[in-house]
Amino acid sequence: MIESDAFVQALQDIGVDFFTGVPDSILGGIIAELMERRIYVPAVREDEAVAMAAGAYMAGKIPAVLMQNSGLGTSLNTIISLNAIYRQPCILIVSWRGQHGKDAPEHLVMGEVMEPFLDLMKIPYRTLTEKTAVEDLKWLAETFMKQRVPVALLITKGVVKGLHP
Amino acid sequence: MRPEQGTMQSRAMAMAALMELLTDQPVIICNGFPSREAQKIADRPTHFYMIGSMGSAAAIGLGVALAKPKKQVVIFDGDGNVLMGMGTLATIGALKPKNFIHVVFDNEVYGTTGNQPTISNVVPLEKVAKAAGYVNVERVREREDLVYEFKDMLKKDGPSMLLVKVNEMVEDAGRVLLDPPDITKRFMQAIQ
Repeated sequence: MIESDAFVQALQDIGVDFFTGVPDSILGGIIAELMERRIYVPAVREDEAVAMAAGAYMAGKIPAVLMQNSGLGTSLNTIISLNAIYRQPCILIVSWRGQHGKDAPEHLVMGEVMEPFLDLMKIPYRTLTEKTAVEDLKWLAETFMKQRVPVALLITKGVVKGLHP
Repeated sequence: MRPEQGTMQSRAMAMAALMELLTDQPVIICNGFPSREAQKIADRPTHFYMIGSMGSAAAIGLGVALAKPKKQVVIFDGDGNVLMGMGTLATIGALKPKNFIHVVFDNEVYGTTGNQPTISNVVPLEKVAKAAGYVNVERVREREDLVYEFKDMLKKDGPSMLLVKVNEMVEDAGRVLLDPPDITKRFMQAIQ
């Protein structure tokens, strides 16, 4: 399991310097670490977080937005009609609730359709694993810089230490 | 009948009056007619014209304001936009960016889609902003009040909201001419 502080440090090391989002339990450890470092701007909705990240990007930051995968639905229009058409990249750190159909009912549909949904939205994505973490983050930074579009890193349960391991 | 109807100025007139007072401040302008009118009045590289993502103007501006705390950031918003992204008033009120001036041109309609009524005739958005934690809020109608209050807000620490009651008149202004990626690039360079 990846420690939250190591994960946050790795994101900072690839240049991410603006963090916002809406919490999820899988992301709890990461958000606690970001708050301890006083670098987290809490948003009230995921589309707001994505728009805030777009503003920060235009002001010279490399932004990351943390969200539960349900937030992809909430952010859909902002990702399409702001980020995509204006070429404003951001890093989406998305927790994969409902993976393999094992979760509370509200997560099951998005958990199942998330990958085809991301494909359809033309959002490049990877699923973080402990083994490939260094490559995953390198890929994240390169895709952000080269393609200038939102790029997603999917976080499954138990890969990064949460608040209640 | 709208209680404040009568001598209201148009949004374009109000916007032009404010733009005269601005120099190199980043200005985020909400989608629909406001962006088109702003482009017609004076097209500046410090303008970020939204053409979609309705409801996001304040959030985009907040991102700029947080990333550039030494620059005063101005938002030209509309009542429909604010209502759609009303949660952002809370985020702004909680974070209290000092360099944030939120101008809301309130014509009580969705003008771009055919003047369907919003609900801002019964929901005073500046009071919502005040309750959410904005430091300064003012509601104005007359041009001289508008100019006076905006000048004052430029001198004060925010976040501030200036709600301007305007009529439904729309300038004959074409679509935003620049391609969106060029708007991004130009704006980024201008606010560096």
